[in-house]
Amino acid sequence: MNNQTISAASSHLVQPALSRQSVARVQDITKTYHMGELAMQVLHGISLDFYLGDYISIMGPSGCGKSTLMNILGCLDQPTSGRYFLGDKDTSKMNDNELSAIRGARLGFIFQSYNLIPQLTVLENIELPLFYQGHPEHQSRQIATELAARVGLGDRLQHRPFELSGGQQQRVAIARALSNDPLVILADEPTGNLDSKSGAEILNLFDELHQQGKTLIMVTHSDELAERSQRQIRLRDGRVESDDQHH
Amino acid sequence: MAGWNLMTNIIKHPRLLSVLQRITVHVQPAYWTRFKKTAEVGIKSIHAHGLRSLLTVLGIVIGVAAVISMLAVSEGASFEAQQQFRALGSNNIIVKSVKPASLEASSSNSGRPQAIAYGLTYEDILTIQETIPGISNVIPSRIIKKDVRHLGRDVSTDVVGTTVDYPASRNYSLRSGRFFSEEEMLGQRNVAVISDEVARALFPMTDPLGESIRMDGNYYNIVGVMEPEAYSNLGRSQAGSSNAAPTRIFIPLSAARYRFGETLVRQASSGVEMETVELHEAIIQVQDQEQVEAVGQIIEQILERRHRRVDYAVEVPLALIRQAEESALRDQIVAGAIAGISLLVGGIGIMNIMLASVTERTREIGIRRALGARKKNIVQQFLIEAVILSGVGGLIGVAIGILIPVIISIFWGMTTIVTVTAPLLAFSISALIGVVFGIYPSVRAANMDPVEALRHA
Repeated sequence: MNNQTISAASSHLVQPALSRQSVARVQDITKTYHMGELAMQVLHGISLDFYLGDYISIMGPSGCGKSTLMNILGCLDQPTSGRYFLGDKDTSKMNDNELSAIRGARLGFIFQSYNLIPQLTVLENIELPLFYQGHPEHQSRQIATELAARVGLGDRLQHRPFELSGGQQQRVAIARALSNDPLVILADEPTGNLDSKSGAEILNLFDELHQQGKTLIMVTHSDELAERSQRQIRLRDGRVESDDQHH
Repeated sequence: MAGWNLMTNIIKHPRLLSVLQRITVHVQPAYWTRFKKTAEVGIKSIHAHGLRSLLTVLGIVIGVAAVISMLAVSEGASFEAQQQFRALGSNNIIVKSVKPASLEASSSNSGRPQAIAYGLTYEDILTIQETIPGISNVIPSRIIKKDVRHLGRDVSTDVVGTTVDYPASRNYSLRSGRFFSEEEMLGQRNVAVISDEVARALFPMTDPLGESIRMDGNYYNIVGVMEPEAYSNLGRSQAGSSNAAPTRIFIPLSAARYRFGETLVRQASSGVEMETVELHEAIIQVQDQEQVEAVGQIIEQILERRHRRVDYAVEVPLALIRQAEESALRDQIVAGAIAGISLLVGGIGIMNIMLASVTERTREIGIRRALGARKKNIVQQFLIEAVILSGVGGLIGVAIGILIPVIISIFWGMTTIVTVTAPLLAFSISALIGVVFGIYPSVRAANMDPVEALRHA
């Protein structure tokens, strides 16, 4: 029932080809790290547009700059030059507080190593973004309960992360990434630590989210994973090598 | 009624109401639930490292407990001392005869018995009374050790020959009967007022009033019994038995002089010892309490001029009360310093553990930052944890600090007083320590780069 309401609510958004509403846009961004005297440029002018409902994978060999790009897309880091719009907001001039606020309001994170907080229960982990958004307790509890049920953990609400399998932990992380109803969900090697069966479950969940109109950006090494997405971006040496779209 | 109306009107005032609503509606839920949640997380992570947290907090516990119990002991001691000195009378100056050390030595060397004369004389007292204005009364007394008998029982006691104002001057009261009168004093009558201890020793079953006791072959009629003297030890510290219950008999000074004379004969190891002492003690009452210390100094000067050697002592209870207060203050400063040091050590312990905790939870900090926590939220989280640590330590410390004085009182019989301020002060300092020593680790946590923090193992 829960699934139905969410699908119904977002069904009018599921036409990325028609609406082409931009949710995130990077314009000619560069990133240079300084290590003492040494300057190392990791990104050499990347421009990309991400549209509402896109399911995107970012690929490339190690050191190609995809982690750096992900950090910038996640507002955890800022580009040395260029601009990054998240929705209607230019994040390149934001201070730390504003960046925190926009992360909490518009982004959902899924990490390779799940990154759940060990002292907190499943429910509390899912609620965490809402807690920092200042949601009333009963409301966030309700949202978290619904999301836990949606990722198939309705009977594990009071469990702690270490009591769960890897696949279950990653599903908690997905529920957490959904709790603040983000504009973009960022996933960094989401199946990297999982066996193939659990990995497949996670990818099925991603397909489901995609069908419901969520915007997903996933970093991965695996072609197999990238195949399931609708747009593949390849990076090489801090530049976009290819950007293929297929439906 | 009018006051009540005014109050309800103030409460119902629209502006005040709206302010109250704003406070309760806007401030309360958001901040309070967030605080509650953050505190919950803090408690959880403290709980997760139970032993470590306990050890961390130990410094604070010991500091707080030490302060409270030390203050309680010093407060109790100063209270006791002041009580004792107050019993001597804060308007009184006590002048005593003291056997000089030089006399002691020469008397034992000389072969034949010789009466040694020292101490206060009637002349001294008269001079003091006549030269110094503002003296309301002088109560001289002779104190002689005697065996007192009644039927088969006997008790060794101090016989105090004094005047009728003695009990009033020292705030002693009678349990039954009366003190001897002016008439009996003038008539050198054989009447006695006995202390409670003497009464219990000689008359365990019967009422001593109207009975007779015998000293040196003379009979004395008992006219009164004193209340037990709780705090009179200091007044007779010369007697040496400062902790024993005072056994005393009061008789008219005139009778003492008439019956016992001025020369006392005592059996000593080197033979017979004789001493001549006119007066052993005199209480000089000063009208104005402000003048007591000045009068004390003048008395000292007068006696210095009249005596060739220092065979007297002047005690001013008021000055002793001051001294007791000063020493109590000194104790409190020492306690404060020790408290400060141990709380500082405790605070450093907390800082140490918070720094370890921050390092350990670097990744957690990264996760929280990624999920929208601001630096402020991270500072709050670790600060609340530090304050909970030190606060819990403070509470345990307060509990132990209140318990220790109770134990001291029970097992050592010392008076201890736990004031309301001591635990309050110690606890608030411990909470403050949490804030002060929590700030640096918390700020360090908040200033971590989220990307770096997320990469942390």
